[in-house]
Amino acid sequence: MSEQDDRTRGAVAVLVDHLDGVVKPTARELLTLARGLDRQVHAVWVRAEGGPAAPTAELAAHGADIVHDVEVTGADAQLTASVVDALQTVLAAVDTVGLLLVPSTFEGREVAARLAVRTGAGVVTGASGVTFEDGRWSAHKTVLAGAWDTACAVTGPLAVVAVAPHAVQALAQDGVAEPSVVRHTAAASSAARAVTVVSRTRRPTSERPPLAEAEVVVVGGRGVEGDFSGVEELADVLGGAVGATRVATDEGWIGHEAQVGQTGVTISPRLYLGLGVSGAVHHKGGMAASATVVAVNSDPDAPIFEFADYGVVGDLTEVLPALTAELRRRKG
Amino acid sequence: MRVVVCVKHVPDIQQPRSLRADGLLVRGGDDDTLNELDEDAVEAGLRTAEAAGFPAEGHDVTVLTVGPSAAVESLRRGLAMGASTAVHVHDDAVAGSDAIATARVLAAAVAKLHAEQPVDVVVAGMAALDGLTSLVPAALAELLGWPQLTLADRIEVADGVVSVRRETSTDVEELTAPTPAVLSVTDQAFRARFPNFKGIMAARKKPVTTWTLSDLDLAGTAVGAAGSATRVVNAAERPERPDRVLVTGDAETVPALVDYLSQKGFV
Ligand SMILES: Cc1cc2nc3c(=O)[nH]c(=O)nc-3n(C[C@H](O)[C@H](O)[C@H](O)COP(=O)(O)OP(=O)(O)OC[C@H]3O[C@@H](n4cnc5c(N)ncnc54)[C@H](O)[C@@H]3O)c2cc1C
Ligand SMILES: Nc1ncnc2c1ncn2[C@@H]1O[C@H](COP(=O)(O)O)[C@@H](O)[C@H]1O
Repeated sequence: MSEQDDRTRGAVAVLVDHLDGVVKPTARELLTLARGLDRQVHAVWVRAEGGPAAPTAELAAHGADIVHDVEVTGADAQLTASVVDALQTVLAAVDTVGLLLVPSTFEGREVAARLAVRTGAGVVTGASGVTFEDGRWSAHKTVLAGAWDTACAVTGPLAVVAVAPHAVQALAQDGVAEPSVVRHTAAASSAARAVTVVSRTRRPTSERPPLAEAEVVVVGGRGVEGDFSGVEELADVLGGAVGATRVATDEGWIGHEAQVGQTGVTISPRLYLGLGVSGAVHHKGGMAASATVVAVNSDPDAPIFEFADYGVVGDLTEVLPALTAELRRRKG
Repeated sequence: MRVVVCVKHVPDIQQPRSLRADGLLVRGGDDDTLNELDEDAVEAGLRTAEAAGFPAEGHDVTVLTVGPSAAVESLRRGLAMGASTAVHVHDDAVAGSDAIATARVLAAAVAKLHAEQPVDVVVAGMAALDGLTSLVPAALAELLGWPQLTLADRIEVADGVVSVRRETSTDVEELTAPTPAVLSVTDQAFRARFPNFKGIMAARKKPVTTWTLSDLDLAGTAVGAAGSATRVVNAAERPERPDRVLVTGDAETVPALVDYLSQKGFV
């Protein structure tokens, strides 16, 4: 069998997450991850009729060999069922796909669930990596609030793996050939057509990177005592996002969309900085996969110190301004 | 109005949890409890039915679980909160089902309930705190062929139409769909009521129906390990993070912390 056949057999598809045509950083990571698997990579771009076309050069630079640009007709293209209809259309046209990568967002996982029901695929969520062993795909994930590492093999004909942010670093390659582009039209299924979007309002976006995708996240907890300005300043010096515990969002110190944890946003940044955060298990479950954890807390017995790489037992009102000032000074 | 609420019995997340050699979660501890996020689902289900007249005659809120014998405790909790009936799908063959296989059992149970007396909405929690997959509600919708309205923080049902409000990572949406539909709710909007003594006493007398796979016409091969397309092949307790540093002090600790951040490439 030629090398080309080998790459094609068991091809990898990536559902490209985008917001109004702008590729999300996590989608670039998924393509980079797929490229590293040394298989043919199919990027799947789903849009409404007349929606923004796939940015083929950008997708190719990150790893796509073939771009499938799918227009959904007959229902709102952002509905879970519509995205599944689009993926099914592509999977029907390309019968070699053995692995599909989707983002491990709520939306991505719901897409995975419905597709699994339709195709008999096996789904692994919140994965930090994938490998091919003994003829099947296997995904790695950390479970039970960061306490256990697992590998989960997919025994079905198709593996759908929902990948957590920062599983790999997105990397664009220069001088990549234009990918071939295949256009599809997916007629929405009855499941999609049954749902009517009465209204959809974009929430105001901040200048800072989105929480789930940020490389650095500075999190404020009860210890900030109502004032997030110091947390925001530090986040800006580090080019990071601002997160919060549920206590801080429930108190209304910051919007609910900033909540990090099991029932908020799950994050796995390169750097997590917790300020006045106790490290409760609900919170830990949403951040335990962070690469480096730094905590500042005045209580030496705070649970967060049990899993922080670097802990400062100190008072935030002193440490935080000094830290921001010192970072500014060193950055010049 | 008939509402079915899916509730899961899970290990207490405040206690140490572990995986068995075969990768399955150790269950059956004394502290196993109703998944906290499903309390919000029960609350949402009760409020939705109450808006239509529940607990008056002709209305029903059924709590449904798939799980081992101890899972009946989670049903009792739902009944104590105010649900009127409970269904427990209990069959040894179900053990070891992944989320999709679990959804298959739930779908068969909902279909049976629906055949007995039509269901208007199924309400699930946003995630089960053991596996944290959030796969089950969408899989259930697909299996039943009913519309999916997940992560709702407001629910209204009128004239055979469900309306929800939901927040995605970028948008606020208002969606509608005809009943019957599958919903899930976030933990933001339906603060669960606390069962009172009267509720707890009444729950003891409320009926709990137990079904096995044969009651659902499900083959053993459709569930459990045989019916799951995923299998945990390796599970290891994570070692502590190595080389941890803990320092005490205020502003004087900052230069060393910045050195650390700088070494890691963050400055
Ligand atoms: C169903 C459910 C879901 C939940 N989901 C989430 C979730 O997704 N995310 C989440 O975060 N929480 C969640 N929670 C809440 C969670 O259990 C904790 O209550 C919460 O995370 C604690 O927030 P905190 O660390 O800010 O507050 P606390 O636990 O009160 O900790 C505050 C910390 O600040 C320190 N501190 C105070 N003053 C100072 C100072 N001047 N300098 C330095 N340190 C100081 C204190 O020593 C303390 O350790 C959930 C709870 C439930 C029941
Ligand atoms: N075994 C089960 N029995 C009843 N409901 C369940 C079960 N597993 C999951 N659910 C429901 O599905 C929701 C999401 O669970 P999961 O997809 O496992 O994260 C839960 O909050 C429950 O409402």
